[in-house]
Amino acid sequence: MRDAAPRHPPAEPAAPAESLRRPAGALEAEVMAVLRAADAPLSPGQVRERLAARPRGGELSYSTVVTIVSRLHAKGLLARARAGRGFAYTPVDPASLAAGQMSRALDAGVDHGAVLTRFVSGLSGRDARLLRRLLAGGEGPGQDRG
Amino acid sequence: MRLLVYLPLLIPLLAALAARPLAARLEPRDATWLLTVAAVVLAGCSTVALALLAASAAARVPALASMGDYSQSVVHRADPTPAVTGAVAALVLTGAAVAVTVAFRHRARALAESYRRAARLHDDGTVVVVRGTAVEAYALPGWPGRIVVSGRLLEALDEPGRAALLAHERAHLAGRHHLFTTVAHLAAAANPVLLPLARTVDYTVERWADEHAAQVTGDRRLVAVTIGRVAMMATPARWPAATLGMVRAGSHRVSVAWAGPVPRRVAALLGPPPRSRVLLVAAAVLIVMLTGACAVQAARDLHALLELARAGH
Repeated sequence: MRDAAPRHPPAEPAAPAESLRRPAGALEAEVMAVLRAADAPLSPGQVRERLAARPRGGELSYSTVVTIVSRLHAKGLLARARAGRGFAYTPVDPASLAAGQMSRALDAGVDHGAVLTRFVSGLSGRDARLLRRLLAGGEGPGQDRG
Repeated sequence: MRLLVYLPLLIPLLAALAARPLAARLEPRDATWLLTVAAVVLAGCSTVALALLAASAAARVPALASMGDYSQSVVHRADPTPAVTGAVAALVLTGAAVAVTVAFRHRARALAESYRRAARLHDDGTVVVVRGTAVEAYALPGWPGRIVVSGRLLEALDEPGRAALLAHERAHLAGRHHLFTTVAHLAAAANPVLLPLARTVDYTVERWADEHAAQVTGDRRLVAVTIGRVAMMATPARWPAATLGMVRAGSHRVSVAWAGPVPRRVAALLGPPPRSRVLLVAAAVLIVMLTGACAVQAARDLHALLELARAGH
């Protein structure tokens, strides 16, 4: 993998101050890219090494990397597991990410009954009995469908 | 004034009682429009009536009467509204204003949140499949609106069932059904007596989408069975979905008049397609218009009274 081994510093290393001045979103995207390219969870130290090895990557301080990965973890984009004294991070896969976003859409505290139009609402025991009688009532051709 | 002003306060009671029977008889699209418009007009009329009662009582307060240059005695003689009634009306009016403001902010925030979520879902299509064990399907209004379905539900349905489900949710988005429910619930915030109307609109938009799905798939029974099956799946274990369709009931006539929304929707789909009933709609519209006329007449009466009181000063 391209980013697997640390390389020599790039020809025009960006000054640390310059890297830090980049918008937070860009740094987060780079960190995500590094983690996606890795085939195993990475510690912040490893993330930092691989960032520095990227073609246009610059030197970031260890604490900056820790801040970024913690932020991404808080956003639910990274999963983490204990590794030694710190954590190792790995990207959450996109499908379960969408599911997570949706379940958060449901729990976000706003009244989703106000806008979400559900296919079915809940059934009481009585409604369930009624429903079974209704659907058992006729033996039309559509009986076993659905 | 006099009694005319109380009529707009009474008609909403009648409407609240009539909402559910109307929804059972009317074509769902007609019912949705009728009940939503009725809720708005009736909420407006009852608000006007309250304002008139409060204003006519206020005209009798000495300080206000002298400020408005009214003859207190003329107002006293001509208007039988007791001061207590006026005070209560003012109080209720204030409560209604607060309730509408709160409900509006609540709904607007929920809608904005929905649009944000819909925009953030990076799938290209309208249908977003989510993982997880939930049996879930809903329409998320937005630009574009999304249909969110759990993978588990999609797996549990066969191809015609999926088509029915998606046609139902597409109808919600295409018909902007959330606007109807929002408007009806705002009207109910202004006048809580209208809450049954708003709840009935929640139901008629489901019926509207069901009938649309029945038209798209060309199979009413398919839509009914799909709704029943999904409802059974979504309801925790007591009623295993596997038994659905295997039970033979003794009685063929099942009354759903007092049942929850799902059995009523299924029963409606198992019956014949709804016909449009022009006369019934016309009668309901007429009652709503008469209520509006009452409110307008009451406002005119108060205006005339105040003119008289000003002249009498």
